[in-house]
Amino acid sequence: MCTVCGCGTATLEGDKAHGDKHGHSHSHAHGDHDHSHAHDHDHHHHDHDHDHDHGHGHSHDHDHDHHHHDHDHAHGAGGEALDYGAGLAGVHVPGLSQERIVQIERDILSKNRSYAEENRGYFARKGVLALNFVSSPGSGKTSLLVRAINDLKDKHAIAVVEGDQQTSNDAERIRATGAKAIQVNTGKGCHLDAHMVGHALETLDIADNSLLFVENVGNLVCPAAFDLGEAHKVVLLSTTEGEDKPSKYPDMFAAADLMLLNKSDLLPHLDFDTDACIAHALRVNPNLQTLIVSAKTGEGLAAFYAWVEARSDLARRKAEARKAG
Amino acid sequence: MHEMSLTESVVEILCEEGRRQGFARVKTVWLEIGALSGVEPGAMEFCFDVVTRGTLAEGARLEIVRTPGQGWCLDCEKSVALSERFGACPECGGYKVQMTSGDEMRVKELEVE
Ligand SMILES: Nc1nc2c(ncn2[C@@H]2O[C@H](COP(=O)(O)OP(=O)(O)OP(=O)(O)O)[C@@H](O)[C@H]2O)c(=O)[nH]1
Ligand SMILES: [Mg+2]
Ligand SMILES: [Zn+2]
Ligand SMILES: [Zn+2]
Repeated sequence: MCTVCGCGTATLEGDKAHGDKHGHSHSHAHGDHDHSHAHDHDHHHHDHDHDHDHGHGHSHDHDHDHHHHDHDHAHGAGGEALDYGAGLAGVHVPGLSQERIVQIERDILSKNRSYAEENRGYFARKGVLALNFVSSPGSGKTSLLVRAINDLKDKHAIAVVEGDQQTSNDAERIRATGAKAIQVNTGKGCHLDAHMVGHALETLDIADNSLLFVENVGNLVCPAAFDLGEAHKVVLLSTTEGEDKPSKYPDMFAAADLMLLNKSDLLPHLDFDTDACIAHALRVNPNLQTLIVSAKTGEGLAAFYAWVEARSDLARRKAEARKAG
Repeated sequence: MHEMSLTESVVEILCEEGRRQGFARVKTVWLEIGALSGVEPGAMEFCFDVVTRGTLAEGARLEIVRTPGQGWCLDCEKSVALSERFGACPECGGYKVQMTSGDEMRVKELEVE
């Protein structure tokens, strides 16, 4: 199963084998079965040209005896170290085996990055503000989203991608607000990746200029490494966790642009040192903005909504400017 | 962190390169894994054996090249060794250190046939 592709392990709620109604097809060689068995499936909503770095669109027949005759055309891989334009595959003479060393120099996360850029382009064209909410399990991501949707839904179209290893409980909590939501179950995967989100976007069919909230799998480690194409990561930390979490899990706090210190209603009952927590966070990320909030009482949320409004506005105006010229 | 899914990405890259560059078997894989990347080489080796089963890299040797963590201390104005990602400068103890290397996760080279 390829996790970067997400087709192997992740399941999309309501998905019956990847839709055939969508735009383009690409081939994935999945690691857990015959290697030369690359299969095509369709995904994504694309009204634009692709230039991501996996071979797509031209996979010819694949035989299973370890002699390849398929020639995937390498499409310009933005930012890749290796230029495939010369078409090494064309040089290959089938059946001629020779040992050799090939230079690759490919970043392991490069595939995820190219999917993320696709998502980002999609959001930019539609004027959508996409936020990726990350935290340890139980910090209050779903509670916060439910509250925010109820408070913002009169002004904005809002859609949600819910990532959890199992169950669609959180998506159901979101749908109770009337917002569109799709659950992605990552199975054993501990984070959402950009390709899973790309699949979810097709199903969601979000409106122009809307807000997209992505609730990542509860995990302060892995989601930091996987860009989903969002405008900002928003990290939640609750007052029932240690104030030194930002120092213990620095990658996440470094990757985020906003920290919401949630469950402020519990502060009177706890020894949580808010200033110390913020100091830890600023040490790993001097540009991190911080708001103290309670998803339960609503304290501090007006400031969060203002933060969202300003960025949503910007996304909408940029998309309009694009369309205008 | 998630060595399994990273290893799957590695194998996917191998399959792709195999199709592109016309090789059917991978005998050795050289990965460059930085000391500050959060990746545990031992876990990656374990995952590699599992994930490559039934692929063109089955039985391949995995060579992990570790690159040390390095940063630029703004206060000392020089390059210093970093043992953790957001760690202090070993010379002045300050935290104004920008990581310059050590977070690499790269497939560098393959021996193929
Ligand atoms: N007192 C208090 N409790 C809260 C607040 N926000 C969330 N909770 C509670 O914290 C628990 C977990 O909240 P969720 O919203 O499910 O947390 P989550 O981050 O979505 O959890 P996962 O999706 O499992 O990672 C629930 O019992 C919530 O009622 C808050 O601001 N104050
Ligand atoms: Mg939740
Ligand atoms: Zn992970
Ligand atoms: Zn120094």
